[in-house]
Amino acid sequence: MTVAPAKEFSELRLDRVGRSFGEANALTDLSLTIKQGEFIALLGPSGCGKSTALNCLAGLLPLTHGSIWEDDRRIDTMRPEKRGFGMVFQNYALFPHMSVRKNVAFGLEMRKTPPAEIKERVAEAIELVHLEDQASKLPGQLSGGQQQRVAIARAVVLRPPLVLMDEPLSNLDAKLRLEMRTQIRRLHQALNLTTVYVTHDQEEALSLADRLVVLRLGKVQQIGTPRELYSQPANAFVADFMGYRNLLKAQVTAVEGKQVVADVSGIRVRATAMTDLKVGDATIVGVRPDDVLVAGPGTTSDGFLVEGLIEVVEYQGREVVTEVRLPNGLSLTLRTDEDLHAGSRVSVAAATGRTLAFADDNTVTRVPDLGVSAEAVAAGES
Amino acid sequence: MSAGTLPAAAVPTDPKGAWRHRLADRGVDRTLWLLLPAVIFVVALFVYPFLYGLSLSFTPTKDAPGIFGNYAKFFADSYYRNTIWLTLRLAIPATLFNTLASVPFAYWMRGRFPGKRAVTTMLVVPITLGTVLTAEGLLNFLGNAGWLNRFLMLIHVTDTPLKLTYNYWGVFLSLILSGFPFAFLLILSYTSGIDPTLERAASTMGASTWQRFMRITLPLLAPGLATTFSLAFVMAFSVFPSALMLGNPQGEEHVIAIAAYEQAYTYYNYSYASAIAMIMGAVELLVIAAVQAIRRTFYIGTTGGKGA
Repeated sequence: MTVAPAKEFSELRLDRVGRSFGEANALTDLSLTIKQGEFIALLGPSGCGKSTALNCLAGLLPLTHGSIWEDDRRIDTMRPEKRGFGMVFQNYALFPHMSVRKNVAFGLEMRKTPPAEIKERVAEAIELVHLEDQASKLPGQLSGGQQQRVAIARAVVLRPPLVLMDEPLSNLDAKLRLEMRTQIRRLHQALNLTTVYVTHDQEEALSLADRLVVLRLGKVQQIGTPRELYSQPANAFVADFMGYRNLLKAQVTAVEGKQVVADVSGIRVRATAMTDLKVGDATIVGVRPDDVLVAGPGTTSDGFLVEGLIEVVEYQGREVVTEVRLPNGLSLTLRTDEDLHAGSRVSVAAATGRTLAFADDNTVTRVPDLGVSAEAVAAGES
Repeated sequence: MSAGTLPAAAVPTDPKGAWRHRLADRGVDRTLWLLLPAVIFVVALFVYPFLYGLSLSFTPTKDAPGIFGNYAKFFADSYYRNTIWLTLRLAIPATLFNTLASVPFAYWMRGRFPGKRAVTTMLVVPITLGTVLTAEGLLNFLGNAGWLNRFLMLIHVTDTPLKLTYNYWGVFLSLILSGFPFAFLLILSYTSGIDPTLERAASTMGASTWQRFMRITLPLLAPGLATTFSLAFVMAFSVFPSALMLGNPQGEEHVIAIAAYEQAYTYYNYSYASAIAMIMGAVELLVIAAVQAIRRTFYIGTTGGKGA
């Protein structure tokens, strides 16, 4: 058999791609154009359809709706072995009975590459991931990180027009994950590999990808560059994923152009509206822990300024993460390099530009915990 | 395997306590007592009868003097010596067929699909019937006036009935009927133990279905094939009821189990019968040793499976 030559495309187009399992829609209407050399991350919690999308791209799952185009060539009807994409699996899927070298050479052998060329390219790929000393070992004799590198070498040795990665770092420990992340980014830059990368880790997605696709329940929530998603999340769900840990239910009391005034259980907040909001609408006000500032005496702030009780202080090296209980019983998380202590009172503030208001679409359900602490706050005030 | 009668409580500093720690280090502790019922069982039902039979086989008789008299007699008598060959001639092809024919079935059935349970049940039913019932059924089915021959003559494939009973083919077919489900079940568990993402990975690397089978599945299945072959062979080599019912037990299908049986219960020569049984065991061990030696040349280890 012959594999389609791994010629490069200028763009890969997913046109309203969907996949249903019986009644359940695992993925609906994913439309995306991937340019050559781009690094795309599919981001979302488990069950959001990101792996389904990847398997559809690889050809391991047939589509039930839509089509996939490699420039002018329709590829969603082709079998996986004909597509010529490289894939890195979550559990690596290394062939346990073959040495590292054989694993890497497998794809080339399937393509009937001349033996001399196989040898050269395999050595090159193994060098790329720094596994020269392990080349004759079986996968079972390698550590998790090394296996991961074999899986990557095995995918890139084919010089595929597209590399698909399915949560490749999720089985590694935190330290190794950071190292491999850098390596993957470096490889991508060095080889100019078009990559689609699936992850549930927003940090990983932000640091690796040129563009992110955030998915929820099979539906696209937002597509954009890391910067766009980080500073302008389209909805509360994306905001939650992008690290807006403070998401509070509120009521819109006034609309002033792009800004709204919202009532967060008695606290008045001026926020930037991310969607069209009318007076009386339920809204979710989001602010990132980094954007909540500790306000000294005499400070003014256009977003909000409120005093609260410091309940928890987590030391994190340069900074502390603090949970502050507000007079209305809600708690606010903030990150600061100031020296704070549990039990003392503090004024916190945030700018309107950093305080975002989203439509309350019930995608984020954070129940404010009005427990013992709220009573303690009340008791402290009386 | 002595679990030892250890003191109930021990302070690590006293010598007895230290000794206990050293034993525990090697995996010897009180939980080993749990092995006792199994040990009694094995000794009473396997070790003792085996040793008894072994000593019986070395007991000289009138026409077989000396410790190895019974063994010498067996190999001197061509009618008896031949039973080894006659049994191997049946058992090896039947086992090979059962093992190899199971592979495509098990490969096809390794995933989940509707009706899998029904198909498995159908393939496994012959195991539950027992050899005698199977042999009787085959006798009716394969006989001169059996359905198979009637059908073959009806469609004019043959004009005279094929002789499929009271000869090699009758016994061979019965070994397949009773041995196949056994081999199939074992192979099925081996194929389901192979991580399915390995094949998916191979397919993204350009391997066709056939290449995936030959390069990934088959090599990972090889140790399982060797084990299945060994177990199925032992079962086939001890063929007895079907050789008696479907073969020619005094002629071409005078298998080794029949030889041992007739010595024990026709001639009441227990020591000769024991010697034949020992020879039977030795032949089985030789074949298994050969298979395991081949097996050692394959990759043995994890096949991905669950959570690898």
